Amino acid sequence: MTSDQQILESPLAPKQTRLEELWQLFKQNRLAILGLIIFVFFLISAVIGVILTSGQEPVFDPAMIRLQEKLLPPLTRPNIETLQPAEIPTLGIYLFGTDDLGRDVFARMLQGAWVSLTVGFVAVGISVLVGIFMGGIAGYFGQGHLRYDQIIVSCVLITGGIFLALSETYTGIGVLIVGHAYIFFSIFSKRILAKRTLPKWFNLMHKGAISIDTIIMRTVDIMLCFPTFFLILTVVALLPASMYNIMIVIGLTSWMGTTRFVRAEFLSLREQDFVTAAKALGVGNFRIIFRHMMPNAIAPVLVSATIGIAMAILTEAGLSFLGFGVPPPHATWGNILSDGKRFIFDAPWLTFIPGIAILIVVLCFNLFGEGLRDAMNPKLREKG
Amino acid sequence: MKNLLSVQDLKVYFRAKDQVARAVDGVSFDIRPGETVCLVGESGCGKTVSALTILRLIPSPPGEIMGGRVFFNGVDLLDLDETDMQKIRGNHIAMVFQEPLTSLNPVFTIGDQIGEAITIHEQVEPEELRERCVQLLRDIGIPSPEQRLKDYPHQLSGGQRQRVMIAMALACNPDLIIADEPTTALDVTVQAQILNLMKSIQQKASMSILYITHDLGVVANIADRVNVMYAGVIVEMGDTYQIFQNPRHPYTQGLLASLPGRSRRGRRLHSIPGAVPNPAFKPPGCPFHPRCSFAIETCKTRFPEMCKHGEGHLSRCPVLD
Repeated sequence: MTSDQQILESPLAPKQTRLEELWQLFKQNRLAILGLIIFVFFLISAVIGVILTSGQEPVFDPAMIRLQEKLLPPLTRPNIETLQPAEIPTLGIYLFGTDDLGRDVFARMLQGAWVSLTVGFVAVGISVLVGIFMGGIAGYFGQGHLRYDQIIVSCVLITGGIFLALSETYTGIGVLIVGHAYIFFSIFSKRILAKRTLPKWFNLMHKGAISIDTIIMRTVDIMLCFPTFFLILTVVALLPASMYNIMIVIGLTSWMGTTRFVRAEFLSLREQDFVTAAKALGVGNFRIIFRHMMPNAIAPVLVSATIGIAMAILTEAGLSFLGFGVPPPHATWGNILSDGKRFIFDAPWLTFIPGIAILIVVLCFNLFGEGLRDAMNPKLREKG
Repeated sequence: MKNLLSVQDLKVYFRAKDQVARAVDGVSFDIRPGETVCLVGESGCGKTVSALTILRLIPSPPGEIMGGRVFFNGVDLLDLDETDMQKIRGNHIAMVFQEPLTSLNPVFTIGDQIGEAITIHEQVEPEELRERCVQLLRDIGIPSPEQRLKDYPHQLSGGQRQRVMIAMALACNPDLIIADEPTTALDVTVQAQILNLMKSIQQKASMSILYITHDLGVVANIADRVNVMYAGVIVEMGDTYQIFQNPRHPYTQGLLASLPGRSRRGRRLHSIPGAVPNPAFKPPGCPFHPRCSFAIETCKTRFPEMCKHGEGHLSRCPVLD
């Protein structure tokens, strides 16, 4: 053993974790660094913003109306004589001016930053979760087939559910019982049926009808066919207006890209030796998918998520601009822009400030995402 | 002695569009507790498929177990459902793979991976888990194991990675380790270290090893008994001495003659003419007959039975009987 140890104390590979290596590569891309800095700045100001603009007596009150102070350009001092003490802005100056109701645009921008941030992150979080789940299933179990009887039973169960929803209670329960009876039967009948010769139709029912991969990936194709923005508009018009509905709707209409990425990664990862090795250790399927394979497949997902956040912020701003977004008293960058467009010649700052904020944030997310992609992709690395 | 593992007439076929590749076509062998059995053969003769089938890791489709039984401690593994099979894997039968470079997950530290091998099958406190991981690394001869636990696979050398793989296989004290060419990707000095390591572990823990290799030098070093495989069937089995001193199948003889030896220096190396048949188009009769210099007319039509040559020494060649 001692001789073995001497041999093994030979020089080792340089001590550098993957994260350090990634940072080394990322650092070289100046635009991406700029993106990261603005991203962090945006993050901090959004978090500070929500703290300072919410509560009973916020430091910056975005809803404070001062009609005598309306449409003041940026960096004007308030006219202290006409204002109540409570109405004087905390900074003693209207940093971004005031809007048509005399509200402080700076406070409204701070409040809107938090909306943009949460909509971006939560919507992308939803879409990434759904995408990883669907892509993981399609990539790992994709070769498996759903059988005819499984499809028929799920249709029966769904019909039962619809009957119940239409308050046809007895029919609904009846249909559900039929469906469950079949499931029960197929679980416990394996041993009984094993030795008998079965009728032809029964074997046909147990044949694979459609592969799981086909179902999921064709669903992705169908979802991609819809013009997303108009789909969101339709859904938002039907749902009660709230920030959470918008997050969920944006999330549920943008998971398709992630699904494709994850599936593609999984198809190649599935054949890797370490997956077989994990199976040989007795690791279960879902643990293999989510603990062993997912961290290896996360890189492209992360990149598309960063760019996805930019898209979600843009979508939310667009919805708010059209008046379908977060309901009015709450400020978002989209509805500040929308409110300001009526005064674009008298008070251009009302449109320019939120517009430029959206532009900068979306741009920095894109730059950051692309920098991340370049650093993670060894093929692009050599060219640069 | 009772067999630990008994493979009986195992058949594994792979289905492509319109052809069937009979990768394993009636393989039978036994492993007794505490012994090392080698499965020897050329690339593509079905060694790895047989090993994966024991653990039921054949991807299906396209692979399909067409027949046979695999008894492990008296239980037929092919009858178990997936949850019971997961309890066998790693816990009772562990496997060491050929490529230490790709068999470790690149995103986890080796401590995580060895730890997982334990926690999958046992409930262990975090501190005890850490101690056991350190002990395992110490057992397999990795220096300063406490620091190594935090290393990622790419920070280790090939030999060290293979040691880590062995540590993971040993984690739950299995009864049987299947080693699928564990030294093929390593250079000769490291190979010798790994072989010595496996031998010493086996003596300490009295476990059985099914060692798959194409390297007869390794076989001579490690095996108690040898099964020679050709085109999905076992053509000769016996203990190591019998196989090396008195090979009774033309294929085994050919393999042994192909070894470079010191006494034959300067002479042309022997090679078996032809190549391994495509598993989808095996010749009828004895699968080796197109390459065999002893082949007679019956070899072309009749699949040979096992002939006995001595205690436990069987060969599938009636001509050399």
